[in-house]
Amino acid sequence: MTTNGTHHILTVLVENKFGVLARIAGLFSRRGYNIFSLAVSPTEDDKFSRMTIVVDGQSTPIEQVTKQLNKLIPVVKVTELTAPAAVERELMLVTVKATTEFRSHVTELAAIFEAKILDVGFESMTLMVAGLPDRLDAVTDLLTPFGIVELQRTGRIALPKLARTQPRLRAVKNKTA
Amino acid sequence: MQLTGAQALIKSLEMEDTEVIFGLPGGAILPVYDPLIDSSIRHILVRHEQGAGHMAEGYAHATGRPGVAMVTSGPAATNIVTPLCDAYMDSVPLVVITGQVAYSSIGTDAFQEADTTGITMPVTKHNWLVTDASEIPQVVREAFHVATTGRPGPVLIDLPKDVANQTMEWYWPDDVDLPGYKPTTKGHPKQIKEAARLMGRASRPVIYAGGGILKARAAEALRELAELTGIHVVTTLMARGAFPDDHALGLGMPGMHGNYTAIAALQQSDLLIALGSRFDDRVTSKPDTFAPDAKVIHVDIDPAELGKVRRPDVPIVGDCRIVIEELIKAVRADREKREWADTSDWDTKLDGWQRDFPLRYTQEEDGPLKAQYCIERLRDLSPDDTIVASGVGQHQMFASQYWHFNYPYTWINSGGLGTMGFAVPAAIGAKVGKPERTVWAIDGDGCFQMTAQELVTASAERIPVKIAILNNAYLGMVRQWQELFYEERYSEVYLSPDLPDYVKWAEAMGCVAFRVDTPEDVTPTIEKANAIDDRPVVIDFRVDYREKVYPMVPAGGSNDDVILGPEFDQPEAIQ
Repeated sequence: MTTNGTHHILTVLVENKFGVLARIAGLFSRRGYNIFSLAVSPTEDDKFSRMTIVVDGQSTPIEQVTKQLNKLIPVVKVTELTAPAAVERELMLVTVKATTEFRSHVTELAAIFEAKILDVGFESMTLMVAGLPDRLDAVTDLLTPFGIVELQRTGRIALPKLARTQPRLRAVKNKTA
Repeated sequence: MQLTGAQALIKSLEMEDTEVIFGLPGGAILPVYDPLIDSSIRHILVRHEQGAGHMAEGYAHATGRPGVAMVTSGPAATNIVTPLCDAYMDSVPLVVITGQVAYSSIGTDAFQEADTTGITMPVTKHNWLVTDASEIPQVVREAFHVATTGRPGPVLIDLPKDVANQTMEWYWPDDVDLPGYKPTTKGHPKQIKEAARLMGRASRPVIYAGGGILKARAAEALRELAELTGIHVVTTLMARGAFPDDHALGLGMPGMHGNYTAIAALQQSDLLIALGSRFDDRVTSKPDTFAPDAKVIHVDIDPAELGKVRRPDVPIVGDCRIVIEELIKAVRADREKREWADTSDWDTKLDGWQRDFPLRYTQEEDGPLKAQYCIERLRDLSPDDTIVASGVGQHQMFASQYWHFNYPYTWINSGGLGTMGFAVPAAIGAKVGKPERTVWAIDGDGCFQMTAQELVTASAERIPVKIAILNNAYLGMVRQWQELFYEERYSEVYLSPDLPDYVKWAEAMGCVAFRVDTPEDVTPTIEKANAIDDRPVVIDFRVDYREKVYPMVPAGGSNDDVILGPEFDQPEAIQ
């Protein structure tokens, strides 16, 4: 799941109509592009959905992908974000073996990573972790020795980083009255 | 006013000024065929749904208006996938309507059910599954809008039978509601200015005109630009007719079977002005050895074409006609500011190539009949503005090479997809759209056998198209490749010259038919065929199977290594 920061994030605003996901998935497969992860959800306006598609920036011609996406009629807007220009988060649910002997070890890890314990069974428990994808990788690595029973990640969602400085005013040249 | 979905569909097509529908009815589309009886729209009953699609394409090519085809669900829908894909590759505006099983039955593997919108998603610009009769006028309006604007293309409307039977309150939408669809038509002024500047500095400029010129109705603007700047023009397979072949600045077709001058001009150019062309592999051969010294100005309405194959120095997104008109203004302005580079050496070089390496073949008086000779006679004996449709293969290349295309919209062929069997139905569609014009289909014997049954349609509907079968008894282009690249190991390419008997077959389909075996019979037979105006005519030209299409750039090779063929002493690589 680690991308070494070479991934690009495409946030795609689409009309909320049936078949749109198939159109986008079909475009990726028939043009030979790889989807790294995909998250879809409705936006603040229920006429539109936002898809967050993560692709590898080295193996995928991002400019072509963006242009081809824009050609799809239900695609309203495509925004491309490079890793440094985005705030990204991902959610993971993981069920891990936690017999009485190891339960405290698991809860300790959960505390360190601010994971929530969602469910506790006789010899396993389900944790929820949210955060940077790398952080989810780290939790996964640390939980592996206990025995991961099931694991599911949402795929990342992202928004552009906001400007921290005041916009500079530019001089107007050649202005005619 | 209350209408059924079916009535609303026909009324919507009327609102879009549809004059003709090419189609074939069946179970799921039955409700729509009923109100068709009372409509002013002409319906042409085809013999196979593929024919309906290609006829609609031929109609669209010839008239510039969207072609409309209507067929039923399942197998009919899958039969029209080939024309959809063909139209998608060649940017032909089509509106295809398919019946669908009842909405409530979708997904149950009902009789004649196919996932039509799913199947056609990759081969349409967009498609719609109508779920409620009230959507019909809006969807039809949007469908025509999407098909005909921006980069044109095929669209499909899938109409479930129960939706066609629903009632709805009739309305006609004022506008389309497509927030994700806003094609850019006007080029960026700064880029256009930069393009003019580059044109003024180039000493070996060439205009590389593609099918986009025709789609944008930009042939006149192109001519003005060429004459203003004195820059020569090559016309790709999709752009034949976009610039007159008999014009002093016309270089003809480049590419795998282009003429030497057009190929060499692109290779040696220092500035390619690509207008509505897409650097197709049949033009560039190996993209990394294509026109190595050239800067590129690339104008296309589809932003995804800019930089897809070749990174342009000046990319301009916009409609070719609008951009060229602006470019003409920018050129005039630039010329007032500075002296333009001298191109006389280049012009001399082009003239020399044209003189030394023309298209050439030999027709011996009593030797076997040559396909090229038949085409030249057809060309000279038919009206100047004859519309020519072709299939795919050797005959297509000969037709593109040897016909003189001096008018736009006179050449109709399957370029991108290379669909064999395109010629007969496309010619029929063109003749329906332009009944006053002579329409010749130049076809191969292999192609003819794929869609010939549509001549029954032509006879029944009194559409007097003319078909020239260049019958060499082989899948000629495949044979050519097997001869040249597979050590003459001919595998499954022989078709026989007289099985079927093309004359009897054509006559059985209600056509007048002739057979021509010798060169001296060519002229009188064509004259007879041209005199017939009340039914389709078929001529079976028995041509030499050994004839190959030259020049030829071998697949995977570089344009520099174009082979001129037996008529010439092969020159060194282009330089």
